[in-house]
Amino acid sequence: MFHDVGSKGYISLEELKAKEDYPTVERLEKGPIAIIECLQDIPCNPCQDACPVGAIKFSQQDITGIPLLDQEACLGCKKCISSCPGQAIFVVDYSFSEELGTLTFPYEYLPLPQEGAELPGVSREGKEVCPVTVVKVEQRPNLNKTALVTIAVPKEYLEIVRFIKYRRDGVSNE
Amino acid sequence: MCRIINHPIVEREERKNVTIYVDGKKLEAKEGEMIAAALLANNIHTFRYTKKQREPRGIFCGIGQCNDCVMIVDGVPNTRTCVTPVRDGMVITTQKGLGKIGDHNAL
Amino acid sequence: MLYDVLIVGGGPAGLGAAINAAKAGASVLLLDENHLLGGQLFKQIHKFFGSQDHYAGWRGIDIGQKLLREAAEAGVKIKLNSRVVGCLEDGLISVYEEQTGKLIGYKSKKVILAVGAKENAVSFPGWTLPGVMTAGAAQTFANVHGVLPGKKILVIGSGNVGLIVSYQLTQAGADIVAIVDALPGISGYGVHASKVSRLGIPFYLKHTISRASGEDRVQSAEIVQIDKSFDPIPGTEKQFKVDTVLLAVGLSPKVELATMLGCDFHYEPRLGGHTILHDKNMETSVKGVYVCGDLAGVEEASTALEEGRLAGVAAAESLGYLEPSQALRLKKDIWKNLNELRKGTFGEARRDAKEHLLTMLKEVGSGRVV
Repeated sequence: MFHDVGSKGYISLEELKAKEDYPTVERLEKGPIAIIECLQDIPCNPCQDACPVGAIKFSQQDITGIPLLDQEACLGCKKCISSCPGQAIFVVDYSFSEELGTLTFPYEYLPLPQEGAELPGVSREGKEVCPVTVVKVEQRPNLNKTALVTIAVPKEYLEIVRFIKYRRDGVSNE
Repeated sequence: MCRIINHPIVEREERKNVTIYVDGKKLEAKEGEMIAAALLANNIHTFRYTKKQREPRGIFCGIGQCNDCVMIVDGVPNTRTCVTPVRDGMVITTQKGLGKIGDHNAL
Repeated sequence: MLYDVLIVGGGPAGLGAAINAAKAGASVLLLDENHLLGGQLFKQIHKFFGSQDHYAGWRGIDIGQKLLREAAEAGVKIKLNSRVVGCLEDGLISVYEEQTGKLIGYKSKKVILAVGAKENAVSFPGWTLPGVMTAGAAQTFANVHGVLPGKKILVIGSGNVGLIVSYQLTQAGADIVAIVDALPGISGYGVHASKVSRLGIPFYLKHTISRASGEDRVQSAEIVQIDKSFDPIPGTEKQFKVDTVLLAVGLSPKVELATMLGCDFHYEPRLGGHTILHDKNMETSVKGVYVCGDLAGVEEASTALEEGRLAGVAAAESLGYLEPSQALRLKKDIWKNLNELRKGTFGEARRDAKEHLLTMLKEVGSGRVV
């Protein structure tokens, strides 16, 4: 019905890469950049307002269009991540080190992962891909309870890994 | 117990404990919470049995619309437990059938 | 006291109506059967979609708090634990006061009904067992009462309610074992589906629940694949060890009070079933009676709020509290907001259905006069 996400529950890498604003290899290697994994025309535009350099435009005049990223303008500042009510924006940075890149994603669970922790990285469909290391965890009032977690991921998996294996916690089991 | 003690979004104020009596058993509840919430927190899921088939019933809509979760509360049958707050010393009885006014065999 | 406007239901629609009517200068009485206002807003702990004009990025709970403040500031008179049980011939609204056990009659110049919708159910062997409940019930217990209704949960329905509630229950610490839908596609937003997919929660499309089993509580559930005519395919059954089954299979407007008042209605499946007819001001076939929110067609909290505002402005205008030009300016902004929320692939069906409803209403005042 709506791309792969409507039949599988997650966006496939192929359809994501087919989107006109998917960054080029050269741009990816330059440094941090947002990947907007939102392919449906839902009436929603907080990401546009959140971007400090106006790098997010809409495919139509109104808020129903699909958000498109100006990859040259994007600073990879991560401000759009927590603004997205659909938690569909990620920031990747291929310039982190020789072998590793980083992925920053929205996280609304407790406890927050510890910086330095090694955890299983999972794909868009929730399958374990490879171990990842937590590089940074950000939680501030202006994120409105959506934490930003940055993990270091082997570059060959950077476009596959989108989350960490979540741990259940916070319920007393007496 | 299935109280959520640490939630990433919702912050909850500490509430005082109160005592309720459910089918004669002394249980702890949080001041002002709904009876149904206190029962779930005490791992009680069956609230009544139907009149003819004696089938168990529990929570269904959770917002006072469906009347599935009714019990005998302080002697009043057919009390909707999902929208009735607990009170210290409250006597709650599993309702069998339609219930009778003043029917509580607790304590 | 004779109020200018009496509003039934203090969810987003009723609050929007109350705030806007009171701000214009009308005396407003807002009745709600619950012990708190907000309707179902306070269990919406996720960030809302839309634009800045629709509180996008705000969580429902925070929007609720803001509306409560605005209602208090605007001087809305609020009566809680007050259930409207009847709308009588002479325009008397009869209200049962929970605390006193008394039945009280209220009269007002205008009535705005904002009573919302109720969740649908599906029946199957074992559906009455404790542990089978609506998705909204689980959401209320987890997010409002702070208690998990179960630990291992099967969710029926992949619309936005099913997806959002699944996600929120994992935030509260529960395990969602699967999300089941009879349709071949996920009906909710892809971004919501993606959030639960990342957690490893599987979807079973073209499946339905065939049974829930257990002694005094659900201990297991069985799903089965269905064919094109929605008949189960033998041999495709699958068992899950769960203690809870959630039904997220749509909502229906609560039309009882409106029909009691004589408002014309129409069956519109795209808006949840029997829906009260109204004009562009949310006024029904009964002059002076307005509807808004899910009662006027099931949509979302953001659209309910806008429709409520519209009804509040229109009622205040008809009472002379707003100049026509002033009211038109306010209404234009609201119509713009509503149009935006009804755009796109997901909104189009609702927009078309709403437009159809507008053409169905013969004229305001054509219904039974009360």
